Amino acid sequence: MSSSVQEVKTPEESASSAPCAQTVSSSVRQGPTGSLFRIVLPVPLATIAALGVHLWASSKQPPVETHSYSVFLAAALGLFVLAGVLQSFWKRLRSWLQEMGPIFTAALVLLSLWEIITSGFRWLPMPYFPNPAGVLQSMINDRALLFDSAWHSFILLLFGYALGVIVALVTGVCIGWFARARYWGMPPLKIVGPIPATAWIPLAMVVSPSATFSAIGLIALAVWFPVTMLTISGISNTRASYLDVARTLGASRTYLIFRVAIPAAMPSIFIGLFMGLGASFLTLITAETVGVKSGLGWYVSWAQGWAEYGKVYAALVIMAAFFSTIMTLLFKVRDRVLVWQKGVIKW
Amino acid sequence: MVTTAPISTAVANEGSSLRVEGIRKTYAAPDGNGAQAPALDGVSLSVAPGEFVSLVGPSGCGKSTLLRLIAGLDQPSSGDLFVGTEPITGPSAERGLVFQDPNLFPWLSVRRNVQAGLVARGLLQQKRQEVDEFVRLVGLEAFANAYPHHLSGGMAQRAALARALINHPKVLLLDEPLGALDAFTRMRMQDEVLRLWETRRTTMLLVTHDIDEAIYMSDRIVIMTPRPGRIERIIDVSLERPRQRNSPEFLQLRGDILEWLHFAGEQAGTADNL
Repeated sequence: MSSSVQEVKTPEESASSAPCAQTVSSSVRQGPTGSLFRIVLPVPLATIAALGVHLWASSKQPPVETHSYSVFLAAALGLFVLAGVLQSFWKRLRSWLQEMGPIFTAALVLLSLWEIITSGFRWLPMPYFPNPAGVLQSMINDRALLFDSAWHSFILLLFGYALGVIVALVTGVCIGWFARARYWGMPPLKIVGPIPATAWIPLAMVVSPSATFSAIGLIALAVWFPVTMLTISGISNTRASYLDVARTLGASRTYLIFRVAIPAAMPSIFIGLFMGLGASFLTLITAETVGVKSGLGWYVSWAQGWAEYGKVYAALVIMAAFFSTIMTLLFKVRDRVLVWQKGVIKW
Repeated sequence: MVTTAPISTAVANEGSSLRVEGIRKTYAAPDGNGAQAPALDGVSLSVAPGEFVSLVGPSGCGKSTLLRLIAGLDQPSSGDLFVGTEPITGPSAERGLVFQDPNLFPWLSVRRNVQAGLVARGLLQQKRQEVDEFVRLVGLEAFANAYPHHLSGGMAQRAALARALINHPKVLLLDEPLGALDAFTRMRMQDEVLRLWETRRTTMLLVTHDIDEAIYMSDRIVIMTPRPGRIERIIDVSLERPRQRNSPEFLQLRGDILEWLHFAGEQAGTADNL
């Protein structure tokens, strides 16, 4: 899970703090033709190719099932062409296009490949591997239920994660700071903490009044362990000299804990928050699959029960967007909170 | 680079006397067999209000230990410490401490670092206007909102000085504060510290390895010997201020101290890696 903590930055990218300036100067050097071939054309061409593949592959299918995907690709083509025109006046759009162009192209090529091996040559068994058009159509047909499921998942995740983080910060700071709390707190933490939260599902089902409560409790438990451990480590590794300086400035114990130890522990706490977020996704989906009768995890197993694999993949796409958005938000929060260490420590 | 004109031209007399009587400090030996290595053995020292005293000596002579005891961060095994007539029982804002590493809180901007002492004592509302004054006093007004990792070593150390001074300490303890700076920055910072000392008349106790620095800055130099940490001798430096680093008297005194320290250094030969 620690890999989720890495924000991918190439050395080239971090070396040039002003990619914008570089882009402009290089496109000026190459002239308008160079920027036409490198920035403007590749993505629309890939979109046209994907559209062509789609029209060829879907010629044997009823148009009702494939129409949406054609519209989707055509709309994408329109947007990319528009962006290609706008970029000549809009510097930021140009550098964004230049950076993201290869990614978009690759994504379109992958969509085409998917379509070729599914509805094109039918190399993969149906109904387990629907084509992209089928997945998009399922998403549109079932949008109300998918939205409702995503909303339920979000609520569970929000309450579970928040509860876990709050409890973890309190236990982590206490154990990290107070020797007595450490003496009594560490053994249970070391024994109970490593048990995967999902292993408690049988107990949670018996104890809890409702599946929702037990799911929130399990998510909180999954988040609690890594956040607690890394809070403890951050607090107890606070540089002694920071505490010494604060003492000679007249700091009380409250100041030492809240204004020295906790800020000093923040980088470590954020690693815990990322690990906890990964664990919370896993626990959320598992809890929804086995207990809670709503949410994306429930939707996937329900759709699978009806052998509607288009819906399964539609839910997976929603899940990917949903989880990666939350992950990105946490990265943004971290960048804001840890602005003081930017450029010093990269992790 | 630095505006040398202090904001408040009035000379304050903030210093207080300092008395150390028969201090002994032993640490448990690291091998844990119960043997105790005395870091300080019967150290007595009296510092007048507003005096500038340097402690020099080889590694392991207990200079930094003595400073930590005066700061109240450690307790002596026996002996007494006083600021004025008050016994020292623990850390207090009246005794500021500056380390070799500036130890600025990296999560706070320069201004917030400087005002940390006011926040810690709940006096920020009351004395907010002093924050900018102290930031200006050390010439960092252009960097007030910068985070410490943007500062050079000299700037960071000036911020650390401002942070210690904002509490108007009666005694300022300096543990090799200029030790990590390059020679040029270091000489400039020596003048900075002297200027701050002359405006505030804070009692200064400076630990240093640099004999030139000790002669250039202090009223008295305390030479210490290691194993156990003791005061070898105390030298009055009666040179006119501002001092000339290459005057014959300066160089003569430097030669004398080197000779004494060489003697002290030979004894310390086996204990250098303490």
